[in-house]
Amino acid sequence: MMASSYNAKDEDGHITVSGPGGGTLRSKKPENTAFKQQRLPAWQPILTAGTVLPAFFIIGLIFIPIGIGLYVTSNNIKEFEIDYTGVDMSSPCFNCSQNFSWNSTRPCTCTIPFYLDQPYESNVFMYYGLSNFYQNHRRYVKSRDDSQLNGDTESLTKPSKECEPYAFHENKPIAPCGAIANSMFNDTLELFYNNPNGTKSEIPLTTTGIAWWTDKHVKFRNPGGNNPNLTAVFQGTTKPVNWHRPVYELDTDAENNGFINEDFIVWMRTAALPTFRKLYRIIQKKNNMVPTLPRGNYTLEVVYNYPVRSFEGRKRMILSTISWMGGKNPFLGIAYITVGSVCFFLGVVLLIIHHKYGNRNNSADISN
Amino acid sequence: MARRSSEDTGTVKTPESRRQRKKRSKENKTRTVHANLLYDAANKGEENPNRHYANNKIKTTKYTVLSFLPKNLFEQFHRFANVYFVFIALLNFVPVVNAFQPELALAPVVFILSVTAIKDLWEDYRRHRSDKEINHMDCLVFSRAERRYVEKYWKEVRVGDFIRLRCNEILPADVLLLSSSDPDRLCHIETATLDGETNLKQRQVVRSFFDLDCEFDPLKYNSIIECEKPNNDLNRFRGYIIHRSGRRDALYKENLLLRGCTIRNTEEAVGIVIYAGHETKAMLNNNGPRYKRSKLERQMNVDVFWCVVILLVLCLFAAVGHGLWMFQYGDKRPVFDVLSPEGTDLSPIMSAIYLFLTMIIVFQVLIPISLFVSIEIVKICQVYFIHQDMDLYDEETDSHLQCRALNITEDLGQMQYIFSDKTGTLTENKMVFRRCTVAGVEYSHDANAKRLAMYQEMDSEEEECTSHGGTLPRRDSVTSHQSARVVLRSQSTKSHRRTGSRAEAKRASILSKHTAFSSPMEKDITPDPKLLDKVNDCSSQMDFMRFHSQPMSQLPSDLSDTIDFFIALTICNTVVVSSPNQPRHKVRMRFELKSPVKTIEDFIKRFTPSRLTSGSNSSSSSSLITNRSSNKGCSSLLSSPSAESTLTKLHEERSCGGLENAFSPVPPSYDGKASWNIEEGELRYEAESPDEAALVYAARAYKCSLVGRLPDQVTVELPHLGKLSFELLHTLGFDSTRKRMSVVVRHPLTDQITVYTKGADSVIMDLIKPPNTGRKFARGRKRQKKIVCRTQNYLNLYAADGLRTLCIAKKILSQEEYACWLQRHLEAETAIQGREELLFESALRLETNLQLLGATGIEDRLQDGVPETIASLRKAGLQIWVLTGDKQETAVNIAYACKLLDPEEEILTLNADSQEACALLLEESLHYIQAKFLCSSADQTTKAFHSSFAPFDLYPSSSLSSSSSHAAPFLVHRLGLVIDGRTLAYALDKSLEDKFLAVARSCRSVLCCRSTPLQKSMVVKLVRNKLKVMTLAIGDGANDVSMIQVADVGVGISGQEGMQAVMASDFALPRFRYLQKLLLVHGHWCYSRLANMILYFFYKNMFVALIFWFQFYCGFSGSAMIDQWYLIFFNLMFSAFPQLITGTLDKDVSAETLQQLPQLYVNGQNSEEYKPYMFWMNMIDAFYQSLICFFIPYFAYADSDMDLFTWGTPITTLALFTILLHLGIETKTWTWMNWLSIAFSIALFFTVALCYNASCPTCYSPSNPYWTMQRLLQDPLFYLLCVITPVAALLPRYFYRACQGTLFPSPVQVGRQLDKLPADTRRNILSLTRVKVGSPLSPKPPFLSLSKASPKGCNKNDQRSISGSKTLEATQGQADEEEDRSCLSGPTDSEMHLSDLYTLVPSEIDTLPYTKDAPQPAGELQPPSTEVSECLDKTLEPSDVSLSSWITSTPLLTPADSVQLNLLPDGASQCVRYSRNSEDRLKPDHAVHPAHRTEQEVEQLLHTKL
Repeated sequence: MMASSYNAKDEDGHITVSGPGGGTLRSKKPENTAFKQQRLPAWQPILTAGTVLPAFFIIGLIFIPIGIGLYVTSNNIKEFEIDYTGVDMSSPCFNCSQNFSWNSTRPCTCTIPFYLDQPYESNVFMYYGLSNFYQNHRRYVKSRDDSQLNGDTESLTKPSKECEPYAFHENKPIAPCGAIANSMFNDTLELFYNNPNGTKSEIPLTTTGIAWWTDKHVKFRNPGGNNPNLTAVFQGTTKPVNWHRPVYELDTDAENNGFINEDFIVWMRTAALPTFRKLYRIIQKKNNMVPTLPRGNYTLEVVYNYPVRSFEGRKRMILSTISWMGGKNPFLGIAYITVGSVCFFLGVVLLIIHHKYGNRNNSADISN
Repeated sequence: MARRSSEDTGTVKTPESRRQRKKRSKENKTRTVHANLLYDAANKGEENPNRHYANNKIKTTKYTVLSFLPKNLFEQFHRFANVYFVFIALLNFVPVVNAFQPELALAPVVFILSVTAIKDLWEDYRRHRSDKEINHMDCLVFSRAERRYVEKYWKEVRVGDFIRLRCNEILPADVLLLSSSDPDRLCHIETATLDGETNLKQRQVVRSFFDLDCEFDPLKYNSIIECEKPNNDLNRFRGYIIHRSGRRDALYKENLLLRGCTIRNTEEAVGIVIYAGHETKAMLNNNGPRYKRSKLERQMNVDVFWCVVILLVLCLFAAVGHGLWMFQYGDKRPVFDVLSPEGTDLSPIMSAIYLFLTMIIVFQVLIPISLFVSIEIVKICQVYFIHQDMDLYDEETDSHLQCRALNITEDLGQMQYIFSDKTGTLTENKMVFRRCTVAGVEYSHDANAKRLAMYQEMDSEEEECTSHGGTLPRRDSVTSHQSARVVLRSQSTKSHRRTGSRAEAKRASILSKHTAFSSPMEKDITPDPKLLDKVNDCSSQMDFMRFHSQPMSQLPSDLSDTIDFFIALTICNTVVVSSPNQPRHKVRMRFELKSPVKTIEDFIKRFTPSRLTSGSNSSSSSSLITNRSSNKGCSSLLSSPSAESTLTKLHEERSCGGLENAFSPVPPSYDGKASWNIEEGELRYEAESPDEAALVYAARAYKCSLVGRLPDQVTVELPHLGKLSFELLHTLGFDSTRKRMSVVVRHPLTDQITVYTKGADSVIMDLIKPPNTGRKFARGRKRQKKIVCRTQNYLNLYAADGLRTLCIAKKILSQEEYACWLQRHLEAETAIQGREELLFESALRLETNLQLLGATGIEDRLQDGVPETIASLRKAGLQIWVLTGDKQETAVNIAYACKLLDPEEEILTLNADSQEACALLLEESLHYIQAKFLCSSADQTTKAFHSSFAPFDLYPSSSLSSSSSHAAPFLVHRLGLVIDGRTLAYALDKSLEDKFLAVARSCRSVLCCRSTPLQKSMVVKLVRNKLKVMTLAIGDGANDVSMIQVADVGVGISGQEGMQAVMASDFALPRFRYLQKLLLVHGHWCYSRLANMILYFFYKNMFVALIFWFQFYCGFSGSAMIDQWYLIFFNLMFSAFPQLITGTLDKDVSAETLQQLPQLYVNGQNSEEYKPYMFWMNMIDAFYQSLICFFIPYFAYADSDMDLFTWGTPITTLALFTILLHLGIETKTWTWMNWLSIAFSIALFFTVALCYNASCPTCYSPSNPYWTMQRLLQDPLFYLLCVITPVAALLPRYFYRACQGTLFPSPVQVGRQLDKLPADTRRNILSLTRVKVGSPLSPKPPFLSLSKASPKGCNKNDQRSISGSKTLEATQGQADEEEDRSCLSGPTDSEMHLSDLYTLVPSEIDTLPYTKDAPQPAGELQPPSTEVSECLDKTLEPSDVSLSSWITSTPLLTPADSVQLNLLPDGASQCVRYSRNSEDRLKPDHAVHPAHRTEQEVEQLLHTKL
């Protein structure tokens, strides 16, 4: 104590605290303020059956309609899914799927027929879906160089360490580097409508607009600014090991080539869960009269490059319309309905409790 | 010449000092101090032997600019948690295992460390500033160059410097006093800063410099001082000074002025610095703030440990999972399983091991890094609020509660045992003389009693005046002095005192402090007319006799006793007299008869016993003067005649011959009555203890006033006789073992050497011996016996009144006896080893065969509100033990007065005088308790009945029974235990302590009397360790320090007895009654706030389980969907503020309700807010909530094109919402701060998220959340998720809380419900405080049973019969039937019903079993005089001297039903007298009313049946 014997001390023989509270001792009499006397006006809810009861009913009453609405909306969404992995012998893609290698030069094509039993009215979104593909693996997620993808020329030639071991190949920097890019989905899907007359007509698939606008225009940039000659820009780099074509040959359209190729951008957005889908193409609605995809037979032509059987993966093609709440997913609606019902039920339980025991207690707390 | 000599000494001393230094390095026991002057002059600074000693610059800072960072970090890493977090952060730098961006992972640790570092830095800076201020204070140091004293800074003072001190200066270092302007070579100091004692202490100039007539000349000084190494014992200083002549003089504590003290009453003093700077005793006594770990924290640490276990389990699980996951792919590595940077493949096992480390990093949040910092912050805020509480502010002393330990606030809410001191804690320690008995005659002082009663009434009104006016009448006289001090102080410390009324009031309070123990109440004693007459009579006779030269022994013995009594009161003390005109300056009234002696040896040589005995005429020893010394029994200065001795002898002889001239030195003008009347009013007494002052004031009321005290003489003014000077030969100071003090004086009238002894009656009575059994003394013997007998009688009466009793005795020594004693005493004094023991023995030798003069009764008034406080603390389930040094009767009666003991209670009194007896007694009482209460404890319903009758009986049996099954019988009964110090000593023996505890814990209150400080602390330690309970010790004096230190929480009362207790305490209170609010309100709040906060912390951190669930979907790869920035700042920023606010401000129950329903305190005692299972419940809840928070988004986004971090962001958001809403459910009080903090948290999260997601498209690898939040905010699904998930997650908890609130509300909840009532309704209910809140004993769920009222006037009689004869359960049943009715009636109605019910309560009491004999004590109160005197006559037979044994065991105010277990020390047969007083008393009763007994039996039967 003596350390502060005469410093912290007020010299009256009173000893003040040598703590943080000490500073307040100058005027010894505490101030009579609501805050300092801990008398701030306050709302003091007491949780009893009686007081909580309305909350439960209100929640129930709000949630159930919302749930129903969500459920209906979700059910109105049309979705078609086809697995083209080719696990079965009978599957048209079985032969192609036998090839486990990334480096097969010979493209393998398979054709899968399917039937849509209802017409798809509005824009149809075409997804490819992968299962058992752990795009969220820790090391996988990290394995990219965002500044390279943003067009940074220095990173182009010197990819960051994060890309290892997919940063250099044969002493040339890989563009785009990293495991994510390296494992980019490279199947080509084409959709044909089997006209009733037996002819096939290719359905036009839009390749743009599938990535986030900010990704395409801010996050992903080709190096060298607006230099249209991507070949020159990517000079000195090499393509990722698993790729068949270099990055500047992903598309013929200059606006969709190189790092700003939307298929690439979509792939680079790593999926949250091992079973995921990614937007592949959009089938634009032509006019109001004709449905985008009328009911009928279709053919899916797949250029089968992407090996998934090594890890028991699955590949799917999904056609879906969307609503304001996104794709088809009845879960949220069901969840709302369930939670709402549970709330309602608990509300009833509380009502009973309140009725049975609450009064006794009420008489205890005298006022109400 | 001076120069030459200095050079001489320089050359001579150097080799010697070198040798000494060598010696010192070997022994390290002494320090040698030379004067610096010698070395300065020769410019031989490096030769200065003092240069190795610390200089006076103090530095209390821990750090320097350079050392701050390393040192602070080093200190912080002493906390294990910090090391852990740094370890984890560093782990992140290992590429194989890193989970987060390494730099980012450092952020939380760095943040936490820097917060602490900044706090430390700030504290250090404050210390630095005050150090600087102190170092730059001025003092006068002698400079050789200028040959005068020059001003220097404190920090420039060195060991060996001569410094000159002026009045009111603060000492810069420990200084050996060499000269004083005081003619007695004294120097007064005030040690308030050291020990808080405000009375002045005298210090003496070193003997060899005693006779310097002229001013001390440093240049002539050439001695060497050899003394102890610096140590922290304030009360010890030993050494000697070696003069050039080779002579050695011993140095004592009385020669040393300590740093930090203030010079008073002395114009000027010169000294040499012995210890400086950090080596001063004051600085060595400086221990930093105390750190204790609270119970809650200990509990928390267990759970932190569990968190570690959970963490490891999770990590292990993930590691195994990862290994298996890897294993399933075999050799074919999938594309997403990225190879290590080197391109090598890892085996599944290696990956699993790496992953284990990674997971530790990912889950690190589970160990709450911010928990410790948050707790510290919250505690600081709590301390702040406690400080701010107006109710804990004492206007009178302008002080309020101080929290000296900052980190055990929550322990205040968990106390189970209170150990209290009595004097000064329960009582005011304002000793007021009440009555006395002299020579066996009692003087009741009725007028005095009336006066005191009047003060009591006036007190409240006066208080107001004091606080506002600040101009109390008697203060005026000292203002001049005071203002001087104030000025000085404001210079030195930049006093914060402001001008204006507050400053005025404060100064007034300071003043009242300085004139300690002298409020008008204590000073103005109204004398008893009878006694006053007697005194006057007596002194006039003496005057007459003196005039006629008659020997004083012819005075009638009762008259001489009377005058001796008052002389003893006046001089047998250590009171210092000062007069206000010359502020704090002692009154000089010296007549020079003293002649100094050079050395003690010299004295002894000359005054061998033979010489003393040979000169057996009165005058030979007259020149023997021992100096009175202020410390206990260690008078050291002796003076003896040299040349002047003959002169004095002559003088003495003359005075012997002509008595009328003996008092000639007193100026005749003072002889007049009128003059001393004026004088007397202005003398002020400064005493070390309040009872001393009380006695001196009492004597003054009888015109026997102390007018001056010098080391060797006391001047007393007596009526008619005028001023008499008593030569003070010795003072044997008070100590707690002897329990008495004595002075040896030479009586100026009779010239006899007289010993006056004053002490506790028990010891004095033992020492009284009737005069020799010669025939001549037969009458005297008989008279003496009568006096003893009567006095004892009155003493018992006094004790029954709760007065502190002191006995006054005297003894006349013959010259031979004295000489004989003196020789051994001197030997003892000069002994080097065991001096204290020898002196103690010497004192024992002297204090024998005393003659009893009389006894005094001093009232120590109870502090305001003590009974109420005790009652409510007890209702709060606290066991209150009072440990006091007072005698049993006084203690018992004070205990009754403060409602510690209840007249309805049985009292077990344990007095034993041997180990075996004590064992037997304990055994007996244990049996008794079991026999008496077994039936009741076995029967549930009876217990409920008990508790319904006495709500405070609801002592937490659950906590006891949970600890051990056999603890069940140890319920607290309506029993009181009284044990005295001797028995306690036996009971505390290893073999008996368990039994003692078993007995003591079954008693509702325990009173330990006559206990020593050590015993106090042993009792506390015993209870604390054996019963595993939380203990609080409260006390005010130095004797409580050990107890305060031992207890879990020590509380000091900053009362009248100095500051030692406060220094040792964790909390300092101005008054005892504040303990109520401190414990019941602040303790409760602090505990419940902190407990809830800690639980919430654990809960919150379980949210890391979100990531765990994710591991199932990412191949156990340690990936996280939550952006690492969110993850890391989630706890630190987004969710931190609301919990801090709630942890600081939440009030479960309002202060008023808590105070009026002390039962709610049980909550904290049983740790009900934070039980081990609650941690697990919370964990399970958190698990559940994290499941919901994970899987609702999981299913909502299953098989979608959602990317990882866009999916993780909503999860983060809704986790935040859930966590905040969870806090909302747990928050009991919503102030605007709570709302604000929650709103702020949410706003902060979104702001940060939006800014973060918009700031840099490439910076935040790997998540790179560019525009994520912005996109999400456009997504309706996001909002839908944010609504449903928290609702679903919190549904169970909310539902549970609602059910709990209705079905089985905790007492606290009931309290909260009470809070909700309109203020006046609540007040009505609480004022009728019979509210029975959930007793843990009652088998039914605890409900507020106060509503069991029938509609007004409807069936009042019914109700009465029910409440009277049935158990409460019956009443409850009844009430249940009536609930509809009472429910229908409005609140005001039911309120009225309540009051109806409460009016019935007394009738209820009437029919309860043990209240039957409650009214009896009144009849029983007849003074026990007849019995006692008979008894006394018997015991006073010469053969049986031990009075104390029966004195202590006589119950005076017999309670209704008291059991006495006494072992009479009569012979070898250890018979236990085992009597139940109630039955004894019942016998006559029985004869008169046979019905009574049967009635009681019936009731007993009923009692057991129930």
